[in-house]
Amino acid sequence: MRIGVVTFPGSLDDVDAARAVRYAGAEPVALWHADDNLHGVDAIILPGGFSYGDYLRCGAIARFAPVMESVADAARGGAPVLGICNGFQVLCEAHLLPGALTRNQHLHFRNRDQRLRIESTATAWTNAYDQDQEVLIPIKSGEGRYVADPATLDELEAAGRVVARYVGGNPNGSQRDIAGVANEAGNVVGLMPHPEHAIDTLTGPSTDGLGFFTSALKHLAGVSG
Amino acid sequence: MARVVVDVMLKPEILDPQGQAVADALPRLGVTGVTSVRIGRRIELEFEGTPELATVNELADRLLANPVIEDYAVTMPPETEAA
Repeated sequence: MRIGVVTFPGSLDDVDAARAVRYAGAEPVALWHADDNLHGVDAIILPGGFSYGDYLRCGAIARFAPVMESVADAARGGAPVLGICNGFQVLCEAHLLPGALTRNQHLHFRNRDQRLRIESTATAWTNAYDQDQEVLIPIKSGEGRYVADPATLDELEAAGRVVARYVGGNPNGSQRDIAGVANEAGNVVGLMPHPEHAIDTLTGPSTDGLGFFTSALKHLAGVSG
Repeated sequence: MARVVVDVMLKPEILDPQGQAVADALPRLGVTGVTSVRIGRRIELEFEGTPELATVNELADRLLANPVIEDYAVTMPPETEAA
């Protein structure tokens, strides 16, 4: 299995994401923002950071990067796509996920180990977890407050598309404590906290994040098998 | 040359913590009675010729604003006609 990790100018966590892919047992493939194709990868990760300086709005300019056309096509075709932090913002700006990420309610950049509850195990990126499993994963963002109109939020909840919720304190004022959401098909997931930073106790608070990456492998094995 | 202005504002129902922080600071200047502060963004675009309003609207809709959380207004200030 080959999982592509896109590097935009200003991406920070592409190397950690590639490392997580390797830990999970897949081959990470470096994708560049200017690429016009996905080099045959089976899944794609948009990593954290500050793509294109986050000018205008987080993810707003990255959304129009050449590689995003292929990413959008792959996402619509059912390929697993995970957006982490800035990647989540890019997916929302690209309308591959509903809603938007806005300035933290308290205006502070929030950097801490965050407890989450996995609320949907039906996605390509969370099937390795147990329903309502609590995990500890770092969050580090200034614009992580998830917002959508009430009808969209109701729809997400009714369809089980809220992938993870903050537990033990909402770090940014996200509506309904939402930390991550999925698209209708469950192959595209956006998550504000950073699972790639929680795959080894030497470098993170837990190994709880690894499940996101092993989930994609499990999903791909199921699809091809 | 024509200047087009795009004003972008968070939708009324979207929380504006920046505006709130400014509102909270106003009493330090001795000003009371301000009930709300909302912060937006003004974007000025200069075109070689006269742009199609539809083109500018599309730019605003696709990039300059995020219609999920923001409203925008496109205007052509009259002074640019004379300049």
